[in-house]
Parts: sequence; C-alpha cells; structure tokens
Amino acid sequence: MRHTITVLVENESGVLTRVAGLFSARGYNIESLSVAPTLDETVSRMTLVTRGDEHIIEQINKQLNKLIPIIKTEDISRTSHMERELVLVKVQAKDETRAEVLRMADVFRAKVVDVSDSSYTLELTGKCGKIDAFLRMLTPIGIVEMTRTGPVGMRRGCKGFAVEGK
Amino acid sequence: MKLTGAQIFVECLRREGVELIFGYPGGAVLTIYDEIFKQNHFRHVLVRHEQAALHAANGYARVSGKCGVAIVTSGPGATNAVTGLADSYADSVPTVCFSGQVPTTMIGNDAFQEADTVGITRSATKHNFLVKRVEDLAKTIRQAFHIATTGRPGPVLVDIPKDITNERCLFDYPETVEMRSYKPVTHGHPGQVRRAAKMLLEAKRPVIYSGGGAVSSEHGASRLLELATLLNAPVTNTLMGLGAIPGDDPHFLGMLGMHGTFEANMAVSNCDLLVAVGARFDDRVTGRLDRFATGAKVIHIDVDPSSISKNVHAHLPIVGDVGIVLKQLIDELVRRERKADPDALAAWWATIHEWQQRDCLRCDQERGGKIKPQEVIRRLHAATNGEAVVVTDVGQHQMWAAQYYPFRRPRRFLTSGGLGTMGYGLPAALGAQMAAPDSRTIVITGDGSFQMCTQELATAFQYQLPITVVILNNGYLGMVRQWQEMFYQQRYSHSYFDSLPDFAKLAEAYGGIGIKVEQLDQLDDAINRAMAERERFMVLDITVAGEENVYPMVPAGAALDEMVLAPE
Repeated sequence: MRHTITVLVENESGVLTRVAGLFSARGYNIESLSVAPTLDETVSRMTLVTRGDEHIIEQINKQLNKLIPIIKTEDISRTSHMERELVLVKVQAKDETRAEVLRMADVFRAKVVDVSDSSYTLELTGKCGKIDAFLRMLTPIGIVEMTRTGPVGMRRGCKGFAVEGK
Repeated sequence: MKLTGAQIFVECLRREGVELIFGYPGGAVLTIYDEIFKQNHFRHVLVRHEQAALHAANGYARVSGKCGVAIVTSGPGATNAVTGLADSYADSVPTVCFSGQVPTTMIGNDAFQEADTVGITRSATKHNFLVKRVEDLAKTIRQAFHIATTGRPGPVLVDIPKDITNERCLFDYPETVEMRSYKPVTHGHPGQVRRAAKMLLEAKRPVIYSGGGAVSSEHGASRLLELATLLNAPVTNTLMGLGAIPGDDPHFLGMLGMHGTFEANMAVSNCDLLVAVGARFDDRVTGRLDRFATGAKVIHIDVDPSSISKNVHAHLPIVGDVGIVLKQLIDELVRRERKADPDALAAWWATIHEWQQRDCLRCDQERGGKIKPQEVIRRLHAATNGEAVVVTDVGQHQMWAAQYYPFRRPRRFLTSGGLGTMGYGLPAALGAQMAAPDSRTIVITGDGSFQMCTQELATAFQYQLPITVVILNNGYLGMVRQWQEMFYQQRYSHSYFDSLPDFAKLAEAYGGIGIKVEQLDQLDDAINRAMAERERFMVLDITVAGEENVYPMVPAGAALDEMVLAPE
C-alpha cells in the first residue's frame, strides 16, 4: 500500500540525512521525498511517499518519531487529503508535432514555460496520476528531459498540521 | 565572563555532576585536555585504545546508573570509538562521547585526522551533534546529557572542532532543557494500565518476561519483584535483564531464549499471558517468530514505542518508564483487591515445577576429569556469594556466566547483549570497578575475546584496579566451534588457535598477577587468592574442557520448545 506521510522537523543541517538514513538502514523503500522550510523558518515540512504493509508503515512512523529532530508525523493517507506534484517536461516539437504538443498542454492545462525552435518546456501541477497520464501522452512525441518534484500533501478541512503551542 | 570552548566543556561537565571520564588525547582535543589538566572537578582515566574508553564508560554507567562519559580525538580516535558507541546503542546504555574535529575552516578538506564523525556515527548513536559555533557548545552539551539519560537511554556524540575549543564566548548554562521535538513519555496511559490489571487478574498461565529496561529504569527491579510476588507469577529474564529479580527468588525461572532454561522457554511457549517489561523480543529470545508464545496475549511495557509490536504483536501496549508503569500497575492491582484465580495458578506452577525437574543446567564435574567451564563459574559464584560484578565478553563463556551465576541484585551483570562485542569485557570492567570500588569485579572471558582488548591490562595496572580476569581457555572460539560442530558437520573452519600467548606471563608483563590453572584441585586456591587480592589485577588462565557445548540450545530458526538439551 502506498502511504503519504507528512513530517515536521527542526530546520537544521543533517535532518534530511537522518530521515534518508533511517529508510536505507531499515530497508524501507522511499518513493519520493520533498522538503522545504515552513512559515516558521525553524521548522521544515517533509512529504514522504513510501510503500509497505500496515506493520511496516507503523514502524516507519515510530522510527521517524524516534529521531530526535522530528517534531511530529502524520500519515495523511488515512485521512481525506490532497496531494499535488509539479513536473517540468521538455518535449521535442518540430514542424508536424508543434501543434500536437500545445494541444496536449491545453488538454492537461499545462503551461508553456520555455520555447525553442525544436522544443517546448511545459509545467504541470496535479495529482501524481494526472502527471503520469500527461507524460504517457507526451512520450510518443518525444520527451527530451523531465523532472518531477514528488508530491506534497495536506489534509482537507479546517484543521492544520503545526507545531503544538503555535 | 567569557570562557573558551575548552573551559565551557569543563564547566558543563562539572555542572552535569560528572565524576569520571575515560579518554585518549590527540591533536584535535589538545586544548580540552589542557583544561582537563587544570581542573579537579572530575577524574580522567587514560585508556589504551578509544574503543576501550567507550566500553569503560558503558561499564561505569551500567553499574552506577549515571551517564558514562568518554573523550576521543578526531579521525581515528572517533572511528575507533564507533564499536563502543554501537555497543551502547544496542544495549541502551547512557553515554556521552566527545570527539575532537579538525577546525571548522578545514572541515571537508580531507585534512589530517579528519573523518566525517557525525556521518559515521549517525546510525551508532541515539543522536549526535557537530558544534559549529562556540555559542552553541553549552546548550549542545546540556542536550547531549539530557538525550542520553532520558527516554530509552543511549549514546550521544558531540563532535567539537578544534577552533571552537579556543574561541571565547559568554558562558550561559541552560538550567533546563526544553526540546519540542523530544519529549519521552514516562507515565503509562491510565486506561491501558487498568486494562493490563484486568488481563493479569484473568490470566491462568501468566509469565513476566523482563529485559534490560527493568534493570536500567529506576525502581524497575524492585517493582518487578513486587509485581511477581503480588501476582505469584513466574518471571524470566533476558540476558540483559539478569539481576532484575534475585536469582534465588522462587518466581524466577532463569533466562529465556536461545540458551535459556527448559522451564523458562516452556513457560513462555505455553503461557496465556506474556507480560514483556522493558524487553524487545530480540531474535535470540523469540526463536522462530511464528511459533513464539502462540497461545498468549501480550502486554508490552516499554519506554520506546518503536520496540512495541516490532517483532511480536502487542495486544496491550503501554508506553512509559518501566519503574513508573509497574508502580501504576501495582497500585491498580492493590486497589482492585481481587486476586488471580488461585487454582489455575497452582496448576500452572505445578506444571512449571515439573519442567524444573528436568534440571536442564545439570552439569557434573568428574573429579579427575578436565575442568568444566560451568564448574568454574559455579565456584566463582560460591566464592563471591553471588555478590560480584560480573563482566563478560561474548561467546560460550558469556552464556555459561548467564546460566551459572545467579545474581542477587540488578546492575551486577555487564555483558554485550545486543551487539555482541568481543573485547567488551576487560574495558567495561575498568568502568565497573571504578563505579563500585568496594565490589569484587570479575571478568569472565574466553581466550578469543580476551585478545581483542588485552591492552587495557595496562590501564588496570595504572589505576590499581584489582580486577579478576578469568579466562575459560579452551583454545577455541568456542561458540563458533559449537555451531560448526552442530550445523557445519564438524568442519572447524578457523575456530582453533594454534598459537596462544601464555596469559599468566602476559599478566605479569603488564604488572599484574598471573596464575595458570590446569587441574581441578588447583582451582579453588586460585580463586581464593584472586578474591583476596586488593591491589593488583589478576589473570586466571584456566584450561577447560575443549569441546564443551552450551545447553540448552534453541537452534537458529527453531521454536523455543524445540530446544536441544544436554546429552545425558
């Protein structure tokens, strides 16, 4: 089962290594991990996507919490939540395919962020599945390069996920 | 007042109440050593290898209940310390290790004696720090001691670049430690405690299984005994848990697991309620997992939530400090005034007594025969009235010590349980002897393990520590040989030493007393002489039966109730 875990950590050097090291040392797989500071610059927020059965996910949560600079974790897959990922993709676009690329961008509501005489670079935000579908449609046209951020996510509704006492 | 980093180091240790540190100087820690020279708040013990500094700090911590402290230099000093850190981590022993580092301006330049110490020790410590500004030093040291000694204890490393030790700043020692990301739970959830009490009173065949947590937690051991007595429940200990309940207490079934007693393993296999107290269901304890205590509900009390339901599902988890949770549980049981079903318990005890009739640790010493290693430990027990601090290395001798030296008190058995570090014994004994100068400290070791940290005899001599080293010398790496005999068709691949030093002469060379014992009738004299010695360390090199095996034994991958007993 795929799980998306959000983590609040102290924004200090080495935290990312501790998290990554935990996953490699204990043999958990890590599908994606994204991290950036929050509004409170002493705190960073991670979104971590992993796979495993209930037992493994429980251990991952416990082991994460055992790391000293981890403030709190939440497995948002267990809640009503949203996830978004961003992709930048550079597509071959010569005479006969230039219009096709733009049509795809339009269908998926992607933005053109760079143009050259033989390529378009597109930006798309959405759920992972949408990004996958977009890339699938562009592949026959010819993808030159691509980079995705991995998803970030949060719960739906009014409740926030923040450091206690803030 | 402005202090240098090195002065802050000394001042922080003084305020932490540190009495003793173990270390080895080098370039990156010279300024700190200069301040150590000038102060008289704590003693520094010069070991002969950095690994030993960490083991000694571990031994000191385990006997005293305080935090062990070590200091090593950068690069090789720190890498040598890694085994000792990993050992303390596996056995949850509170230690703080300070390592020197090249100056901040040199970090990352492959400087002389530079190592990425924080990177290397990350997975061998509970936490580690690299101090980048002298202003952070006092706070970091404060946090290091706090983290090492609270929650599930463990080693913490503080890496201090050399320039930080020379720089000055205003000394501001934080009186309290507040870390929003680290708040260990101490008290058990009251609802869970009530449910546990109910389960205990309903159990017909309960077993309490306690580990290192019952020894290291304050009041853990006394409350364990109180609980067992209150419930009239049998208790078994892990290797790390030995001493939590007196060895001669009628509730005690001995150790469980791979080399546990027949009665302990049978009781665990057949119980209907297993209460794990500060233990973590290690593979050496459970044997084959899917056959472990299959008919039992499990209550698991542990300060570390990640230990709960890691290997064995806990029907009722209670996160909290063992001593505190046991007190809550006892109060709850007393409040209920109800007793567990006495008939069911009587029947359960009758079954256990039958298992005990197997006398699984029986081992007869023939008068004219070779000395049996088990017999040596029995006689050591008799000579010390079970009161010695026993420190072991790793292997057969370790298991025999666990089986044949029942302890009266906690914090008297020091052994490398989790990591299984050969070479732990002698250096840990240095710390143990210093923590309890009036106690008799005995290292029970083998000819293999002893050679891994022999150099510490020089430390024992320098500090006049009257440690008794008992080498059960069979010429083999005995546990390796035993496995090769049982599982590798007696192909003794590299488990026999064709060359061994004369350990008695080696002891003399280091300034101690060495006695070689080859005949049974020399044994008591040698032991008595060692027990009377008050100044110098003594090495008893005892030639024991070469091919003796540790029994009972649960073969790897087998269930606990499939143990192999000693041949008749």
